[in-house]
Amino acid sequence: MNVNSTNLGHAMNLAPLLDVQSVCKSFRKPDGDELVVLENVNLTLRPGEIVGLLGRSGSGKSTLLRAIAGLELPSGGKVNYLGKPVEGPAAGIAMVFQSFALFPWLTVLENVKLGLEALGHPEVDTRSRSLKAIDLIGLDGFESAYPRELSGGMRQRVGFARALVVHPNILLMDEPFSALDILTAETLRNDFLDLWGEGQLPIKSVLLVTHNIEEAVQMCDRLLIFSTHPGRVVSEIAIDLPHPRHALDPRFRALVERVYVEMTSKPRGDRTGHKAERFPGTGIGTTLTHVSSNLLSGLLEAVSEPPYNGHADLPAIAEALSMDVDELFPVAEALQLLRLAEIEGGDIKLTREGSEFVKAETDERKRLFARHLLTYVPLAAHVRRVLDERASHSAPKSRFFDELEDYMNEEAAEQTLRTIISWGRYAEAFAYDDARQAFSLENPA
Amino acid sequence: MRLDRLPTLVLRNRFVPGGWDVLAFVLVFAFLIYVAGAAHGLTGSLSMLEATPISLAPSALVGYAARTALRMLIAMLASLLFTFTYATLAAKSRRAEIVLVPLLDILQSLPILGFSITIVFFLSLTPGRVAGAEMACVFLIFTSQAWNMAFSFYHSLRSIPHELDEAARSFRLSPWMRFWRLEVPFAMPPLIWNMMMSMSGGWFFVVAAEAIDLGNTKVTLPGVGSYVALAIEQRNLGAIGWAIAAMFVVILIFDQLLFRPLIGGADWFRLEQEAGLMPSNSWALTMMRRSRFLGVVSRLFVSILNIGFKARGQVVVRPRDLPRNPGQRLGDFLWYALIALIGVIALVKAVQFVFTEITLAEVGHVVGLGFLTFLRVGILIAIASAIWVPIGVYVGLRPRVANIVQPIAQFLAAFPVNLIYPIVVSGIVLGKLNPDIWLSPLMILGTQWYILFNVIVGASAIPPDMRYAGQNFHVRGWLWWKRIALPAVFPFYVTGAITASGGSWNASVVSEVAEWGQERLQASGLGAYISHATGTGDFRRTVVGIVVMALFVVVLNRVFWKPLYARAERKFRMS
Repeated sequence: MNVNSTNLGHAMNLAPLLDVQSVCKSFRKPDGDELVVLENVNLTLRPGEIVGLLGRSGSGKSTLLRAIAGLELPSGGKVNYLGKPVEGPAAGIAMVFQSFALFPWLTVLENVKLGLEALGHPEVDTRSRSLKAIDLIGLDGFESAYPRELSGGMRQRVGFARALVVHPNILLMDEPFSALDILTAETLRNDFLDLWGEGQLPIKSVLLVTHNIEEAVQMCDRLLIFSTHPGRVVSEIAIDLPHPRHALDPRFRALVERVYVEMTSKPRGDRTGHKAERFPGTGIGTTLTHVSSNLLSGLLEAVSEPPYNGHADLPAIAEALSMDVDELFPVAEALQLLRLAEIEGGDIKLTREGSEFVKAETDERKRLFARHLLTYVPLAAHVRRVLDERASHSAPKSRFFDELEDYMNEEAAEQTLRTIISWGRYAEAFAYDDARQAFSLENPA
Repeated sequence: MRLDRLPTLVLRNRFVPGGWDVLAFVLVFAFLIYVAGAAHGLTGSLSMLEATPISLAPSALVGYAARTALRMLIAMLASLLFTFTYATLAAKSRRAEIVLVPLLDILQSLPILGFSITIVFFLSLTPGRVAGAEMACVFLIFTSQAWNMAFSFYHSLRSIPHELDEAARSFRLSPWMRFWRLEVPFAMPPLIWNMMMSMSGGWFFVVAAEAIDLGNTKVTLPGVGSYVALAIEQRNLGAIGWAIAAMFVVILIFDQLLFRPLIGGADWFRLEQEAGLMPSNSWALTMMRRSRFLGVVSRLFVSILNIGFKARGQVVVRPRDLPRNPGQRLGDFLWYALIALIGVIALVKAVQFVFTEITLAEVGHVVGLGFLTFLRVGILIAIASAIWVPIGVYVGLRPRVANIVQPIAQFLAAFPVNLIYPIVVSGIVLGKLNPDIWLSPLMILGTQWYILFNVIVGASAIPPDMRYAGQNFHVRGWLWWKRIALPAVFPFYVTGAITASGGSWNASVVSEVAEWGQERLQASGLGAYISHATGTGDFRRTVVGIVVMALFVVVLNRVFWKPLYARAERKFRMS
């Protein structure tokens, strides 16, 4: 084996640390059907590389990370770590959490010591190793502080120190920078990459879950892009830019653009023979992500204005509005669903009605929105039809909830109904009374 | 040069006791001496106890108060032990959960005096000795403390934040380490709050617990409770006054030496800073933190825990969502069948036991009495709400007033109702009033404060912006109450009212009957029925009484309080 094992150039020649083979994860719904969140995922992690899992929320990337961490068991397929199946949290795999997950009643030092104590290390050793990790990650002087006394960035440093102190072979990172402000996230990322580049970190490789495209391009050697519902790897992109990488470098921009294109392209293959519900807007079983009408009109207006004039590059508009993928994509997709905009090849383009919407006054906007809502969103049309048919012109929420549960889990059904309620209210297509938990056609006069 | 600075600098690195150490030493040794003295009485025989009757001399109260306080402390420790085991088992084992949680719900709604039927069992453990009677007494106090603590701990265990649970599992904490490093610290703040409530509850029933009277079995253990019982029997108002003073001192000591340090410490356990009314400055906590002597003691405790951590070092932690295999399903089935069988047998036995002497008509009569008590509780809660909600809002919006009112209300909540008997009984007799009406206020005497507490907390949690908005739009008078104050405190009020209602049912046993010397007043109600049954040692009627009461409380909770609470949570909770 090569001495310089953290060097990227040799990564491909080494035996894999982690081998994920056709992993699936599904949950059983109350009616006995399976809900698939992760479908046939393969992944190999070799020493010396940082691999990114990139996808929207609901793409199952966090579920995959938890399966690798041994926190959840996959429903099918294999997760092998060093050739042995993962059947619970493994000793050489440590995790950094999105919400830090620090114990508020333990000091920085005690939090960091925790992992070693659990392994039964002698106290002297535990203490010196923990202090070293704290030192390395730039927390010197904060040993006796409690997490609540620290800023978000410092808290996540504790999260890193706590994971590094156990000298894991694989460091799992679950959106570790997404709870931080932009500047802090940038600093922490750069510090981490510096230590990684200098070979100072006691780890062999990193698996990073993120929905931030720039972050993924900046940090990773390889990216796996996930689709949603169900989560599958739709493409893999190798990133061989040398470190340090600069966001303004044309090659960096080209890669970011390429990832956007991959993420907005329609799923390839199996268009036939699968449930129609998978494609947006073709059935009442489509999971809707809640996007407020303010955001919808906000994005329409932004795209219609110069310099875009109705046709914008997604990375460019994301940067102009300082929104990341997880915020921007649901809005863009909702617009696509409502046929107010089209998305193709990393670009967003207003439709004729989209442009009309922007020019219209409030009442006219609502009328246009209502027309599109009832035409292109089958669930909205369904709700309206049921209300029209009933003599009382009202129907309990549970009626639609039960129907949705045939297609999705409880949480998604709840979210979808929330979206329909909010859109229906904006369009004045129907009303909803939260106290009675019922839809109706009455509008308060 | 200032000399007073020098010593601390010079001495810092050596183990020389400082001022806080002296204080800690004095307190710790005083405690040890007092425990030893109080424990001495345990070995005696019951006949010896009868030979030394309770004295009403104020000087005797010092010893009595110490004995009573020690009993409550032991009961509190037992409650903690019960909490840590029972609630943990309920939260961790699916099979245990389906039995333990409903059982706890019922235990919680049983009137505490109903547990006095267990006294005979304890007395029979050590025939002729004081130890058995002491155990019975501590057990009775325990039954007034343990249930809500266990519930609070169970709820905390079930609501451990997801990410902390994942962190604990991914770092492979052993169950023992997980318990002390994650579960106990997380559950601490609500548990301490419940311990304080339990302590108040314990005082409320200490009179009944110390002066055991089961018809032909009479045991009087030396303590404040027995002192009060004797003072009532002899109509000695002066002694009642001394007892109140002694109680006040003991409550103050518990507050200063036990609860304030705990609250101060628990503040560190909170996930986020929440609006809380509990005082967090504590000189005793400062003493514990600064005293090196106590530092050594606490380090010793921690290292004992650490031995536990190391001993269980390597543990394979399994993921949570393992699918259930057929073997487990069969086990589940057998388990449910077993529980059903035990339930049926218990039901048959109980019915046989009760109906050998009691007719169905009498049971119907008892249910009727239950409705009378139900009526009383309902009216009293309504009246108490009308009084305390406005006052609570007024106080809660003024932090300075709240700081004064809060400890007073806490003391009043602990006030045993028996101490009010003289006033109430004399008043009713002199004014020739109807005891069915005028004994009723006793029921809510100790429990109304929970409404006040919670409304104060709710009002102080109203965001300033909301108050400013009200002022800005000139929202005043009834509109202000209707649109701002009442909705804002409603969820808190419901929490308080649930506690007050449950407590009032419980208190009815000591409130529907009042004695002052030979004067004995009785209202008709379920409480008086139970009180009479235990007083004459009639087990069957005691059982019927407490079962009917438990049914009333459980049904009321299910059909009224819980839905109301859920609604309040959904509609009015901010954020």
